[in-house]
Amino acid sequence: MLTSLFRRAAAPLSIVAMVLSGCATVPADSGTDARDPIESFNRQVFEFNDIVDRALLKPVAQAYEYVLPEPVRDCISNIFSNFREPSNAVNNLLQGKPIDAVSDTCRFVVNSTVGLLGCFDPARQMGLEKHNEDFGQTLGRWGIGTGPYLVVPILGPSTVRDAIGIYGAEPYLDINFYIDNIRVRNAILGTRIVNQRAELLPTDDLISGAALDKYRFIRDGYLQRRRSLVYDGSPPPAAQEVSPLTSPGGPPPADPSVKKELAPPPSGTAPPASK
Amino acid sequence: MRFLKSLLFTFAASTLVISAAHAQAPNAAPDAMVRDLSNEVLSAIKADQALKSGDANRVQKLVDEKVLPYTDFQKMTQLSVGPGWRNATPEQRAALTREFRTLLVRTYSGALGQVSDHKVELRPFRAQPTDTDVIVRTQVVASRGDPIQLDYRLEKADGGWKIYDINILGVWLVENYKSQFSSQVNSSGIDGLIKTLTERNSQLAQKKA
Repeated sequence: MLTSLFRRAAAPLSIVAMVLSGCATVPADSGTDARDPIESFNRQVFEFNDIVDRALLKPVAQAYEYVLPEPVRDCISNIFSNFREPSNAVNNLLQGKPIDAVSDTCRFVVNSTVGLLGCFDPARQMGLEKHNEDFGQTLGRWGIGTGPYLVVPILGPSTVRDAIGIYGAEPYLDINFYIDNIRVRNAILGTRIVNQRAELLPTDDLISGAALDKYRFIRDGYLQRRRSLVYDGSPPPAAQEVSPLTSPGGPPPADPSVKKELAPPPSGTAPPASK
Repeated sequence: MRFLKSLLFTFAASTLVISAAHAQAPNAAPDAMVRDLSNEVLSAIKADQALKSGDANRVQKLVDEKVLPYTDFQKMTQLSVGPGWRNATPEQRAALTREFRTLLVRTYSGALGQVSDHKVELRPFRAQPTDTDVIVRTQVVASRGDPIQLDYRLEKADGGWKIYDINILGVWLVENYKSQFSSQVNSSGIDGLIKTLTERNSQLAQKKA
């Protein structure tokens, strides 16, 4: 299981991260954002991940991209995406969206057969829309706050809630982890990670160019994106999530004039409560 | 992290989407304006190989000619800078706006090559005729890949509707820069932020050349 792998790896990795602590540049206002109280620690893990990425993951992903033509990589991406359909279905059910859950199940059946294990996506032509769910979102839908932002060694941006939901619970919903042959399972898992990294290769330059502070650029993007996903793309405007997991004390007070302009949009544009 | 993949294309499209709004009637509905813009920009990219390869001069020309009238970059910058904006002189405000705009155009135009058979579809839009601040929701679809959520925030000004924020896959642009900007302003002031942006822009220009 990924969890046990993670548990075994976490201790030595965090030590390495500590050793590297001198490398991370930490801005003066580090940790003042209520969403990220352990920013200076996170930055060290972030630096560590970056080193691992540059030394290992990225070169492997580049080789993978170089060797395999695009249609083949698309096919592989689609198969891995198809692996996730059972999880989408279960999570949609847990979030009280049975119709979406049925749709995900149909997608899985159609794409696994007619779509050759998911290499192609004929279900989409049939009007079965793809959903993107996981247990971290389900916890969010149940009203559980994100908790502090957390950069997980090797695995990257997360929050306490998402780490529990995604690394703790998701493996149970992932058919990859039900493959008994350990070597096959690990080979598939490895390919999956490399494939995912290869998908991200074109964004490297964009992020390096656009971000003044890469750590915060990715953090704030991650937090916004996850919040949007919890509400299936229509989050309630600007309201701070209040939850037992969120530490007390909101963000620093903003300029009132700016605050006013950031007020929620007029009610007429409020997103529909549900689909 | 999957969302990062789609950022590339959408950043490109959105930068240019802002750009295509020529000859819009000032009273055009915001959703119609965004739809027309999107379609024009996408066909412009598809038709122009130089644009697609991110030719800096070509992109700049398009932006200068068409983006400016339909985008409120100053408001975008003001909201991103946050409280520090209040203490900035008019010259500093102008410099911030200029450098931020340059940064966005430079970085995102590099992604134009990703555009293939993409189409923009409007998602349901609900607003009152009296509204002066609205969100127009769209999604970008292509034959390969999942649909990409791309939303715009617009304000009604004297000259018609103007875009001042973009949402890509749930991530608002302004919101994503706030913390980075305020951190700079707190440690080295408005001039420090201007300097950082200017330096970054010249690095990017050199890289491209």
